[in-house]
Amino acid sequence: MATLELGIDEGDVVRPAGRTRRLGPLFWAAVGWTVFILAAAALASLLPLPSPTDMDMLERRAPMSLEHWLGTDGLGRDELARLIYGARISLTVGLCAPVIGVAIGGALGMLAGYFRGRFESLVVGSMDVLLAFPPLILALAVTAFLGQSLLNLTCILGVLGIPAFMRVARAATLTLARREFVIAAQALGATHARILLRELLPNVFLPLLAFFLLGVAVTIVVEGALSFLGLGVPPPISSWGSMIGEGRESLEIAPRLAFIPAIAMFLTVLSFNLIGDTLRALTDPRQGAL
Amino acid sequence: MLGFVARRLLYLLPVLVAVSLLTFLIASLLPGDLAYVILGDQATPEKVAALRHDMGLDQPIWWRYLSWLGHVLEGDFGRSFRTGQTVLQAVSERLPVSLELMFFAEFIGLAIGVPVAIACAVRSGSAFDRFMTGSAFGMLSVPTFLSAILLIYLFAVELRWLPATGYVPFGEDPVANLRFIVLPALTLALAEWPGIMRVLRSDMIATLQEDYIALAKAKGLKASRILFVHALKPSSLTLITITGINIGRLIGGALIVETIFALPGIGRLLVGAIYTRDLIILQGVVLFVAGGFVVMNFVVDMLYAVLDPRIRHGHA
Amino acid sequence: MTEAALLSVEDVSVDLPTPRGNLRAVDHVDLTVGAGRTLGIVGESGCGKTMLSRAVLQLLPKKAKLSGRVMFDGQDLVRLDRERLRKLRGRSLAVVFQDPMTSLNPVLTIGTQLIETLQEHLELDGAAAKRRSTELLAAVGIPAPEQRLAQYPHQLSGGMRQRVAIAIALSCEPKLLIADEPTTALDVTIQAQILDLLAREQRRRHMAMIIITHDLGVVAGRTDEVAVMYAGRVVERAPTPLLFKNMHMPYTQALLAAIPRIDAAPHTPLPAISGRPPDPTRPLQGCSFAPRCRFAAGLCHREKPVLTAAESPGHQFACFHPILAPAPAGVSA
Repeated sequence: MATLELGIDEGDVVRPAGRTRRLGPLFWAAVGWTVFILAAAALASLLPLPSPTDMDMLERRAPMSLEHWLGTDGLGRDELARLIYGARISLTVGLCAPVIGVAIGGALGMLAGYFRGRFESLVVGSMDVLLAFPPLILALAVTAFLGQSLLNLTCILGVLGIPAFMRVARAATLTLARREFVIAAQALGATHARILLRELLPNVFLPLLAFFLLGVAVTIVVEGALSFLGLGVPPPISSWGSMIGEGRESLEIAPRLAFIPAIAMFLTVLSFNLIGDTLRALTDPRQGAL
Repeated sequence: MLGFVARRLLYLLPVLVAVSLLTFLIASLLPGDLAYVILGDQATPEKVAALRHDMGLDQPIWWRYLSWLGHVLEGDFGRSFRTGQTVLQAVSERLPVSLELMFFAEFIGLAIGVPVAIACAVRSGSAFDRFMTGSAFGMLSVPTFLSAILLIYLFAVELRWLPATGYVPFGEDPVANLRFIVLPALTLALAEWPGIMRVLRSDMIATLQEDYIALAKAKGLKASRILFVHALKPSSLTLITITGINIGRLIGGALIVETIFALPGIGRLLVGAIYTRDLIILQGVVLFVAGGFVVMNFVVDMLYAVLDPRIRHGHA
Repeated sequence: MTEAALLSVEDVSVDLPTPRGNLRAVDHVDLTVGAGRTLGIVGESGCGKTMLSRAVLQLLPKKAKLSGRVMFDGQDLVRLDRERLRKLRGRSLAVVFQDPMTSLNPVLTIGTQLIETLQEHLELDGAAAKRRSTELLAAVGIPAPEQRLAQYPHQLSGGMRQRVAIAIALSCEPKLLIADEPTTALDVTIQAQILDLLAREQRRRHMAMIIITHDLGVVAGRTDEVAVMYAGRVVERAPTPLLFKNMHMPYTQALLAAIPRIDAAPHTPLPAISGRPPDPTRPLQGCSFAPRCRFAAGLCHREKPVLTAAESPGHQFACFHPILAPAPAGVSA
């Protein structure tokens, strides 16, 4: 084996690659895409797009043209319009489900980290048990038995996120609860509620926000996977996942029908991951930042 | 050493019990009367009531749980009313497929992730390192089903080298078996390698800065020995943890891949059970999978102790 | 000295780029060590003595820049290709680091760490290597050596771990052993034992040795020659007894005075040297010690003194206001 350069970098601070310029061009590109896709989804009805549900049987799987910028799908529907309306669904589920997770998980985590003792053991233990279950199975079971609907899907994905947010909140609270400002507040006679809300919450907020963004990325992926299999959003609602699933049928003839929503999903997930990861690196309370 | 194992086992048991309880509750509380489902269009109120009595469904829930648990401990996980197979039979049919998939997926993931991690750790900070780390991050944002589609398009549709779906047991035709398993395993491996690579890389970078590596160099040892014996071993702890957790997760989590590639594994068994409302299978298999995950974590803990003698002697 | 020097450090400088500017860790240092002789390098933390030892071993950090020559046994280590350098290390050139808890690999047994060196350089087979390892452990004073081979570093005490490190260093009969602060991390009671062990082995094997330390007391009586370093430079150099009798550099005198005396009255304040070593990224004009020196005068702040010979052979110092009178009685060498 060729001799390797095993240098002992004594004076160097080893930073993981990709973080040497914290808010570099990649970060801003991610922010840009996120803003763009959120705006497009929100303003979909205002945009001059053909309806995503109008079928034109004569123009099925048409290639890209001036009339249909991204062509049409297997049922003659405009692909660009479907893409943007699909973004609505994917992003709605993607944003709402983690809200459930962060609200419940975050609260449980903070309480567990603050009060400690048996309550904490109980919370942590239950989360460990919950984590032993394959999450997709739970999601499938719920949607299959309670019916496939946007609400059910969002709720179950939200619930599945609770353990992760619990852990983040608890870890942040454990580090912070020992700091002087908390002890000082207790000495001044502040109630638990006051300490939790006024002292701890503002500091736990940022790590939770970072994880929330990561959670959005994960949720978009999971929803996408379920919808891809036809087991997520109920037809005729379509998200990016279901578009990709439908596009799979046409892989031989018109692969772009699968790949266009795939790219959109990839860029969105990547952007949320990048922003969330950068935020997490900046606000990790263990490193004493902020 | 024995004390360590015993203590860990003691923690294991309550978790397993809780898992079994939760599994049972979920299955029981799902709406849809089981008796109705079984009888289908032959259901009349009398028949339903009779069947419920037969199956013990009219008993209180705690009785049913204990009865079920009792059977489980005897090895009787129940019998599917659809197929007539016992849970254990169904699992033993499907398990080898899932295990084969998991094994290859993790193996390929390690085969990609470990060398890349070592190369990056040694050349830390270089352009190569930055590129590979960036790629790993990007890869983490590619959902499994996307990789699946991409690989199917590339290898099955365009190049036509490999089949897109299907399965043949290894015993029947080893070559065909491997051909069917390559794409699904590769799909999963693409999702596994970034995690492995990132963890091992940062671990090794830290290890390479330790004094004992400097001394190993000062002793004039070969670079390969320093890397693989002195540096990799302390770093391998985290690697083992990750691999163990991944395997545990893959048992139930490969269901997307199994469905896309039509592999008759545990994941598809579960999906099928959900569809046909086969609650017995659902309950039994979920218990098996969740229990397996917990046991896997336990095994990882044990491996830790083997690899790091400090933990064995209670020092770390 | 009639023997050719085994190690000859010639005009070596080490520069480290840091975010705050270039750091000159070692500044034009010349040193020689003859075969079988012991050199002590003494200085405060940050004076460059560790960097110097790393420069000799060619184990500097990736970004460091080295200029000058390091002649070892007739070869320039700086220009030597990596493979030949690797064969020298551990075989002819050995090192003992300061903290045996971190310099021994915690997940490998003592035996493995001893045997691998023997197998690499001496090509012994397993059984022979094991025998030799046991002998080495016995030679450094470790009881029950066979059992130790299967043990891990954390199962031994600090003193024993350092003995193991010494055994590893001595295993291939090196011509030169560099001991970098070998006793700093150990209990005071163990320090003398370890130093005696090193001295004994050095005499027995006719090995050259460099002891690096911040404590003048460590080199007294155990070295043939002492070099005092400050801010990256050698500021005084002399055969050991001469240094203690006739030190010229105010810094050396201050170092000696800072050693606690066992016969001093209780509660005698330690005459520590006031101030701190200079920031190596901002080298001073003039003598680096001037801000802390009680003899400093005009010239000291403007020009750097160079090493000049003193009245006795082999004694050099770099100072404009050397102490010329012999040391007061009571200071033992």
